[in-house]
Formats: sequence, structure tokens, C-alpha cells
Amino acid sequence: MNFNFTLVGQLLAFILFVWFCMKYVWPPMLKILEEREKEIADGLNAASEGRRELEEANARKEEILGEAKKEAADLVGQANQRANQLVEEAKTSAQEEAEKIKVSAQNDIEQSAKRAREELRSEVATLAVAGAEKILNSEIDEKKNSELIDELTKEL
Amino acid sequence: MAEKELNSDDFIKHHLQNLTFGQCSDGKWRFADGHINIGADQKAHQEVKEYTCNPKEMGFNAIHIDTMVMSLLLGGLFCFLFWSVARKASVTDPSKLQNAVEYAFDFVRTGVSDIFVPKGNKIIGPLALTSIAWVLLMNLMDLLPVDLIPWIANGFQSSTEYGWVHYFKVLPVADINAPAGMALGVAVLIHYYSIKEKGVGGFISELTLQPLGKWAIPFNMIVEIPGFYAKQAALALRLYGNLFAGEMIFILIACLYIYSGELFQAGILSQSIMWGIVGILLQILWAVFHILIIALQAYVFMILTVVFLNQAHETHH
Repeated sequence: MNFNFTLVGQLLAFILFVWFCMKYVWPPMLKILEEREKEIADGLNAASEGRRELEEANARKEEILGEAKKEAADLVGQANQRANQLVEEAKTSAQEEAEKIKVSAQNDIEQSAKRAREELRSEVATLAVAGAEKILNSEIDEKKNSELIDELTKEL
Repeated sequence: MAEKELNSDDFIKHHLQNLTFGQCSDGKWRFADGHINIGADQKAHQEVKEYTCNPKEMGFNAIHIDTMVMSLLLGGLFCFLFWSVARKASVTDPSKLQNAVEYAFDFVRTGVSDIFVPKGNKIIGPLALTSIAWVLLMNLMDLLPVDLIPWIANGFQSSTEYGWVHYFKVLPVADINAPAGMALGVAVLIHYYSIKEKGVGGFISELTLQPLGKWAIPFNMIVEIPGFYAKQAALALRLYGNLFAGEMIFILIACLYIYSGELFQAGILSQSIMWGIVGILLQILWAVFHILIIALQAYVFMILTVVFLNQAHETHH
């Protein structure tokens, strides 16, 4: 072992390097690491915040979806009701119309029958008179005959 | 060719000699005899001079240029690397280099905060980081082939030739001055914090009034004072011892290559090759084992520095 002035030189060099490290290396490195730690902590916080917000949004989504489904069901129900109503109305009016047509047709039939009956009656009367004329072929007071016939006609 | 036959004894001695600049016997500061030869006459070292310039006679008035140059370069490398990263470090988009530096930084920061209790100390972190990084870089020099840098420094000649720089020890921690200089800095801080935290009285009483109380002050001093200073000296000696021993083994393994070369020149080719291969295998094996010591000793130096400074803050009473 050979101590000499190198010892002092090494001590001074050591002091110089420690001083340099203390001034230009340690503080900026520490700052960087601390900033990074903070950044990571912030990031983790933001992530958990994001997850929480996502959960909230999901819950809200379910809620809105439920409401929309309910509304849609209501609308379909209303539409069905309205359709049924329309069908009922159409049915009723059709029945009424049919009834009317039926009534007027019956009227027509009755009138036609009446008319036919009148015509038939007058024709029968004529035929009867002609028949009677031929059968009797005698001098019958024409006046009295026609009175008779009228009576007959009325009775028919 | 070498003027004399290269032998292992000279080779080992050569590699244990620092490049020394110091006060010669006439009071002037020069490089020690034969240590450097840049621009001088090749034969200058053989001239008869009226003064001697031997490192052994210089005492404290000498400085090891190789230790200083290597340690300043490596410390400068550490400072520059960390400074250049810290200067344009990004929080969100770190470069690969930044990641590596941050890893090292965080390793030290965690290590310090696990051990060092007082909060808000501005020196302990940079001190620990500088210790481990600087010591690690200096230790790593041990893995370079023992003759590589001396060979380059000597003008690409074998280090026993008289080239440019005749002696060059690459491993600063195998020179006791480097670890001792650092330990001295730590020791100064230990005394400073001991006195700052406990007062002069508190510091002295800690060394004299325990473990047995005031009736056994001489005994307490015998127990406490050597213990207190031994751990500070051991901080330097542990690092020096481990790395010096490791370097020594590398030098001894390198001697196998010299032996191999001798056999080659004697024409015994097969044995020459065999010893060469044995040398290579041993060197690899020892490097693999030693790299553990290199990292471990750097870590131990840092941890003990932090532990001692933490103890300086603790009050026992």
C-alpha cells in the first residue's frame, strides 16, 4: 500500500462527481420519476372513472331501452285497438247498408207483387167477362153485367 | 525485441507499479525514472543523474497519474451519461438509454430509501448513486486484458519495452488511494452528521459511555473507537482487497502466456499451445467469477456508505 497525494486527488474527484450528480443528475431524474408516478396514478384514476361512467351509461341505456319497448308496446296496442274499432265500425255500417238495401228490395218486391196482382186482377176480370159472355151468350143487360163485374172485381 | 528476457517476476512487479509523478530527490516534480518516455531520448533512463526519482522515496509527495486519469475519465463518463439523459428526459416517451439510466437510478433510490431513515437529506441519494456507478465503472476495468491498455499506452509495444508510457495500471481501485479517497469522503460525512445530529458531546459520549457506562470509560473507548474507525477503513480496504486480488489472479494467468511464449521460442510447440489454451480457459473462468465480485463490491460500497451515514443519524440513548 502506497499512500500519496493521489488520495487527495481522488477525494476531490469524488466530491466533484457527487456535487455534479447532486446538482445536475439527481433532481431532474427524481422529477421525471415523480411526474411519471403521478401520471400513472392519474391514468389509473381516469380509467376507474371511465369504468364507472361506462356502468352508468349502461344502466341508463337499459332504462331508455325499457322505456322505448314499453312505449312501442303501447303504440302497437293502441293501433290494434284502433284497427279493431275501425273493423267494428265498418261492420256496423255494412250491416246497416245491407239492412237498407234489404228493406228497399222488399219494398220493390211488394210493389211489384201488388202491381202484378192489380194487372192479374184486371186481366182475370176481362177474361171472366169474356168467358161469361161466351158462356152465357145471351142478352144480358150490359149495364147490369158490368155492375156485377165491378162488384166481383172489388171482391177479388 | 526486449533487451532482457521477459520473466514472470518482472512482469508481475511491472503490473503492480503505478505511473508516478512526484518529487524527486532534488525537490523538483517529475515522472519517476523510466515511467514515461514521450519526446525524450530512448536512452535517457540509462544516463547518470545527480538526483534520484524513485516512487518508493517520494513518500506522500507523488501522484499516480494512471489512477487519476482512469478514475476521472470513468467518473466523467458516468456524469456525462446521466447528465445527458437527465437533461432531455421525457416523462411519457423515454428512450432506451433513458430506460436503462432510470432503472439504475430507481435501483439506487429504492436501496437508499429502504435503509436511510432521515427524510429530506439531499446528499445521500447523489452520494449513493455516484458511489455505485463510479466504483462499478472502475471495477469493470478489471475485465480488460491486463496488458491491453498498458500496451496501447506504451506505443503498441510490450510494456517491458521503453515506449511512450512505461507503466500504466488500468484498474484505479487496485490502487489503495482511490477507494481510500472515497472512504475518506464518507468518513468526513459520518463525522459531520454525527456531530450535527448528536452534538459534540453526544458524539463523544457515544464513543466513551457505552457499552458499559461511565465507570468503564477506558474500556468503552478501547471497544468503541477502533470499531468506529475500523468500519470506515474497512470500507476502503474491502474494495481495494477484492479488486487487487482479482487483478492479481489475472496477472498470474497472464504469466501462463509468457510461459507459453517461452516454450514456443524453445520450439516445444505442443506444450506451448496447451499452456496457451489453459491460460485462455482460466482467464474466461476467472472473468465469469470475477464479474460477480465487480458488481457485488460496487453494491456493497454503496450500501455500506448509506448504512454508515444512517448510523451517524441514529441516537442510541
